Amino acid sequence: MALMRYAEALNAALREEMTRDPSVFLFGEDIGRYGGVFKVTRGLQEEFGFNRVRDTPISEQAMTAMAVTAAMTGTRPVLEIMYADFMPLTLDALVNQASIYEYIWNGQVKMPFVLRTQGGGGAGAAAQHSKSLDSMVAHIPGIKVVAPSTPADAKGLLKSAIRDDQPVVFLEHKLLYNMRGEVPEGDDVLVPLGAASVTREGTDVSIFATSRMVHESLKAADALAERGISAEVVDLRSLKPLDLNAIKKSIAKTNNAVVVNEGWNFCGYAAEISATIMDFCFDDLDAPVARVTMPDMPIPYSEPLEMAVLPNAEKIVAASLQTLA
Amino acid sequence: MKNSPSIDEQIEIFRKMHVVRQLEEKLGALHKEGKTRGPIHRCDGQEAIGVAATAMLDDTDYVMSTHRGHAHYIGKGLDVYPVVAEIFGRTTGSCAGRAGHMLVADASKGMIGGNAIVGASIPAATGAALSNQVLGRDAVSMCIFGDGAAQTGICHEAMNMAALWKLPIVFVLEHNQFGLTVDTDMQSPIDDLSIRAAGYGMPSEIVDGNDPVAVYRAVGAMVERARRGEGPGMVEAKTYRLEGFSTSDMGGYQKDEDIAAWKARDPLKVAFDQLKAEIGEDKLKTIEAEAVAEVEAAFDKALSDPFPEFELFNASAAYSEVV
Ligand SMILES: Cc1ncc(C[n+]2csc(CCOP(=O)(O)OP(=O)(O)O)c2C)c(N)n1
Repeated sequence: MALMRYAEALNAALREEMTRDPSVFLFGEDIGRYGGVFKVTRGLQEEFGFNRVRDTPISEQAMTAMAVTAAMTGTRPVLEIMYADFMPLTLDALVNQASIYEYIWNGQVKMPFVLRTQGGGGAGAAAQHSKSLDSMVAHIPGIKVVAPSTPADAKGLLKSAIRDDQPVVFLEHKLLYNMRGEVPEGDDVLVPLGAASVTREGTDVSIFATSRMVHESLKAADALAERGISAEVVDLRSLKPLDLNAIKKSIAKTNNAVVVNEGWNFCGYAAEISATIMDFCFDDLDAPVARVTMPDMPIPYSEPLEMAVLPNAEKIVAASLQTLA
Repeated sequence: MKNSPSIDEQIEIFRKMHVVRQLEEKLGALHKEGKTRGPIHRCDGQEAIGVAATAMLDDTDYVMSTHRGHAHYIGKGLDVYPVVAEIFGRTTGSCAGRAGHMLVADASKGMIGGNAIVGASIPAATGAALSNQVLGRDAVSMCIFGDGAAQTGICHEAMNMAALWKLPIVFVLEHNQFGLTVDTDMQSPIDDLSIRAAGYGMPSEIVDGNDPVAVYRAVGAMVERARRGEGPGMVEAKTYRLEGFSTSDMGGYQKDEDIAAWKARDPLKVAFDQLKAEIGEDKLKTIEAEAVAEVEAAFDKALSDPFPEFELFNASAAYSEVV
């Protein structure tokens, strides 16, 4: 085990995979000489050269489309899109290109690329630099979506994503980059895609959370414990493919579910998890599924306003209590 | 002349152009009988570009095409039979009937592939060129795109990166005078779109797109350059779309006199005239008849092939275990 920050864990994953496989290369805005605006790619251009760590012009649409065909012609590109808010620019490449070819070309091509981006609020970055658009990408069949909440998962999931033969959108969180945590050492320590993780066991209510909301949910679980309520926190971490068994198992135990996601409420990722629970766990539920999400409005700038819209531990506690009432 | 096709290459181009024309005419006839499915974008009159521009490429070179790709498919070496079978949605199609006529691919021939999002083939080919450069392969990639696609924003992004990084790519602009129905002067303030190449520091050449030898020479020079690592180039081939935008086009916007003028310079005639002194009219007519017969046989066979069985695509399933 090594104590690492989330950003350092990502950096280590990139370095190890680039060392292991010469077909892995990185491109994105300001990622080379400067090391990325969140410093995830620090030192990699020096180590691997410009050919494999490219600073690009500001061209998200073409970059993403290029990652798609670079992936199907023998490389494993890892593209950095600086903010999740810029993901709308990448959508044609994801919706109409990356997601279709393996199927419509009858298996003639593979699509091993990773699109890394970071989202989330709480940093005062305002309405165009704070969003979580998880559901927008998770909606697309053929695109995998991953959102690590710890340094260990950041490393293990990124390595799995790079080795995967399908497109993976890898969602980081700007407020997690400095978080420290123990990271298992070893080049081949992977965290598989498609597996959730039970972060805290409990028996009364299951809190299904993603990304930074896992940490808010853990705080909420502490607060609930003080009231004698035992909350289980499940970090979904692989938003798609989704670990349905983990959800079923947890609800079979607790009979109550709260879903927490930083994206907008309507048609959001939490809505999909709620519907999934309805589809597969209805008979195990004692109460309707509760959602804790972002209200359906732009993310405001001023600190008290931004804090008012973000989901947090307090809101998770309230939702849990309501579910159990 | 430098970069000219050999006589054998010229004959092969002539033959493939006839395969494409026959394919288009058969599709037109079957559409009239109500026997085709979905819109079909014919390229009658544009065969010289797709066939000659791809004639000097190897299977390891990549071509990214458009919604109007039949000449590109045949040019890049696909047999007409799996293409026809694909157009009719049969199991024997290049993509087992999953793709349809706009999205045909054969990765073993480097055709990846048709693309019906206008403009999308431009970054697509650029990405394949990037992959070639990263891996140090000497393969090139070619983007064939229309005058409509040239107006997209993504065209600028991709060409800028291609030129910036000296990627091994050739942009072949098939200027057939129309977007969907709009004339070129309703889409762009300039006639010669390739002057934009200068803005990227990229060489360009304008050629008569109905002359396969001229297309081959201009494109061949750019392919050589790109293969040597000297960066991208653009060829703007001027041509004319003789048929409607697609089989569902209701017409009314193409002028009779324009159609007549371009028909007089039909690329099949140009190709015939270029070869007749070399190999004689009879030989050319035989090649033509063989091409027609090949296409007829492809249709007969494909139309009696079975349709695919439906199966869910589990590789894109939302849950990690099969539900
Ligand atoms: C992004 C996008 N916008 C619009 C269309 C509808 N459309 C299909 S082909 C076409 C015209 C394309 O013109 P051009 O690139 O010159 O190709 P041509 O049809 O002349 O071969 C249009 C508008 C589309 N398929 N994709």
